Amino acid sequence: MAGIPSRHRSLFLLGGVVLLQVLLLAVQIKRDSQGRLIRVWTVGAVSPFERAGAHGIGGIRNAWNHYFALQNTSRDNEQLKRENDTLKLQITQLQAKAAEADRLAVLLKFHQTNVDVPMVGARVIGGSADSASQTIYLDRGERDGIKRNMGVITPDGVVGKVIESYKDTSQVLLLTDKDSGVGAMLADSGIQKPVGGTGESMLVMKYVPNEDDVAAGQRVVTSGMDRIFPRDLPVGTIVDIKAGSTFKQIRVRPAANLEQLQEVFVLLTLKPLDMKHDSADPAPRGAPPNGPSASATNPAASEKP
Amino acid sequence: VNINDTFDMRAGEMHIEVHKFRAGAIFIAAALAVVLQAFLPVYFPKLGILDLPLLITIYFGLSRRNPSTGLLLGCLIGVAQDALSGPTVPVGLFGIAKTIVGYFASSIGARLDTEHPAARFALTVVFFGVHQGIVVLTQRLLLSQPERWFTVHLGIAALINAVVAVFLFVLLDRLRKPS
Repeated sequence: MAGIPSRHRSLFLLGGVVLLQVLLLAVQIKRDSQGRLIRVWTVGAVSPFERAGAHGIGGIRNAWNHYFALQNTSRDNEQLKRENDTLKLQITQLQAKAAEADRLAVLLKFHQTNVDVPMVGARVIGGSADSASQTIYLDRGERDGIKRNMGVITPDGVVGKVIESYKDTSQVLLLTDKDSGVGAMLADSGIQKPVGGTGESMLVMKYVPNEDDVAAGQRVVTSGMDRIFPRDLPVGTIVDIKAGSTFKQIRVRPAANLEQLQEVFVLLTLKPLDMKHDSADPAPRGAPPNGPSASATNPAASEKP
Repeated sequence: VNINDTFDMRAGEMHIEVHKFRAGAIFIAAALAVVLQAFLPVYFPKLGILDLPLLITIYFGLSRRNPSTGLLLGCLIGVAQDALSGPTVPVGLFGIAKTIVGYFASSIGARLDTEHPAARFALTVVFFGVHQGIVVLTQRLLLSQPERWFTVHLGIAALINAVVAVFLFVLLDRLRKPS
């Protein structure tokens, strides 16, 4: 009070005493939801400074960390790049393994569905050395029971037939090879005609007279007449039809992805089989019964696989 | 500041005397007022309309004419009244009001002649209103109690207290030391 003019001392004293009593009141008053009033006031008075302080310190720390304390950033950046590359590689590997697992799951399911059919899974380990022939090599051979003329399939459809069997490998002639063929029929109409390769990605269905009713989009399945493939395996889908001099020119897209084969099944029997399918396809109209006697009625199928 | 000190204050050309009281008179009168305020309404409920501590605050503020001692006396009397008022009245409610009344009473007493009964009556009415206004303001702001600013009962109470003050102040004048 020494520095305060005497005529104002009482005013300051009044302010001090009143303030003291207001604080005394605040200590006693308790708001229902916010606690004692002195606490409410104190928090209300202090929190803006705390907020401002936190904001200021946060800004300073942010500026320091992002603009000044960068001596380790370059090294960290390089390390993170290396880790990023490693992780990318791992992701790629995992994606490949996941895709492989998916493929194997499909194969397993197919195998379990046809558990009575003797077949062995094989991995594609190579292709033909020239573009004139459509062949692949498998990692299974005679040791696994594979012999010449055995059929090769995937869950999607027919792949081809074994043309050579070695001790631990075998060579498969793909359905798209110009020398390849399979006894087939239209799934809807039951018209039985051979399907062969052209040396390109598409197949052709041969010997269909111009007067036969064939439409694009129809499914082509094995007829079982070639004594290599069981009946009703998917061969492909008709994509193009042109009238010829005597027979229609019918182009068929293969059901199996013959350009990206990785795992296949080799049917370990030369006897006719009756495959089971997940999708219960209706029996083709006019389809002949399965068996050797039926195959004898189809010379085209017995000529080529 | 010794509360029983005597000094003269000149406001402009007017000479105003500062009164001196007998030893312990202020303390005894204040204590008696607080006790009676808490005691009398128990047996005579109608006397609850009186605010004896306020009247004592006004009287000694006007007589002592020192704002510092006036506000301190008002503070002590008010806090004592709060302390005796029960749990619904927090300590400081009447303390604040009587502190301010004590300050203004002392300030006005230093500038005006407050010896005349009419002046005392009028000042008591005014200070009663100021006191009540501060109490209601405090209740509204700090206690969240929406008390009414003015009622007829309060107006009557102000007049009754003013009438009582006129006679009480005459009695209290006898506690003064002869100048």
